[in-house]
Amino acid sequence: MSITHHLDASTLMSCAAGSQPEALAAVVASHLSVCAHCRAELRKHERIGEALFEGLQPTAVIKDAPVVAMRAEEAVSDVEDVAREPSSSSIPAPLRGVLGSDLGAVRWRRLAPGIWHYPLPLSPGAEGDLRLLKIAPNMTMPEHGHGGSELTLVLSGSYKDTFGTFRTGDVADLGDDLDHQPVADAHEGCVCLIATDRKARFKGFLARMVQPLTGL
Amino acid sequence: MVQGRVSALAPSRPPPAVLSRTMADLLQKVAECRDIEAFRKLFQVYGPRVKSYMMRQGADATTAEDLAQETLLTVWRKAALYSDEKGSATTWIFTIARNLRIDRLRREMVWQPLPDNREEEASDEPGPEDEVASRELRDRVRGALGQLPPDQSEVVSLSYIEGLSHSEIAERLGLPLGTVKSRMRLAYQKIRDAVEDQI
Repeated sequence: MSITHHLDASTLMSCAAGSQPEALAAVVASHLSVCAHCRAELRKHERIGEALFEGLQPTAVIKDAPVVAMRAEEAVSDVEDVAREPSSSSIPAPLRGVLGSDLGAVRWRRLAPGIWHYPLPLSPGAEGDLRLLKIAPNMTMPEHGHGGSELTLVLSGSYKDTFGTFRTGDVADLGDDLDHQPVADAHEGCVCLIATDRKARFKGFLARMVQPLTGL
Repeated sequence: MVQGRVSALAPSRPPPAVLSRTMADLLQKVAECRDIEAFRKLFQVYGPRVKSYMMRQGADATTAEDLAQETLLTVWRKAALYSDEKGSATTWIFTIARNLRIDRLRREMVWQPLPDNREEEASDEPGPEDEVASRELRDRVRGALGQLPPDQSEVVSLSYIEGLSHSEIAERLGLPLGTVKSRMRLAYQKIRDAVEDQI
């Protein structure tokens, strides 16, 4: 996999800080699982977190070290199995818990002619929206801006827009004021994972996208 | 108030980084020998810092205390996963605290595993024996943080210490989202330049 579109430094910083809305964090984790470049960058952002954490003024703790709980746990082997399945799957490792490993087995819902989607669950209090989108070959999506944070990771096929060609593993980490008009690959179409930090934004985005096709 | 946040970035007193080799050794002892005395020492250094961190992230003192306990208990349980080739003890413990905060304070799913669970290629960090270089690295990060212009250090602090997302920072400061992101980008470039200058 040769990745040419990476995560923005501000996105990686938020990830290292643990401050990313859940939906965006899912896309970031998925891209990181296939991109060594961004993993190396993330380490540098984590060093910033370390320095800030060390610089905090300590607050006295009242309780002592939890020795009783520690002893109780001694028999428990808590070392997780870190073995990974070979990643021939086009579903990134972090998503396999919710999606399995076969993109072909996803139960797509038709959104408009040539466009299918599959919403992914978020935690009850989480804002935002996370879903898979499948676009038929050669399909052009109407021009749209985002008006918020949005991340798109290509899982299979590719698409083109004014920012270039986005292939499998590439992530589009766009600003909030950019309009683009993606065209799915002529042969393979495109399957991507899209997250926004506000649900309303995604609904607006879907409505705009589908409007010219369905006359909504 | 803004002043208070910014001062969190200033290298105010000698931080425990100089002890980091010791910290890694203690963690290793916990992993290999289940050494409770070594753990107590880790608890003394990190417990109060995790508590401060949780309070800055919005937890009340009682909750912060509980989360500090739980963070250190996780350190005890997972110590065997720690390897000093993959980063410092402090980064590792910070990551545990960070993930616990996502899970407990925000009640959201944690997507970033501990560094040790990641599929990892050889690290560009100095090896465990290269103590001087790794101390130098931390000093550089800290130095670069201290020299950021206030508008940049403010967004960095809001992100790492107060746990705000890009959009929340934009709302808090009354700035466009794009401005928040570009300040972060600029801050990161400065810190990275200061660090990579060394290599």
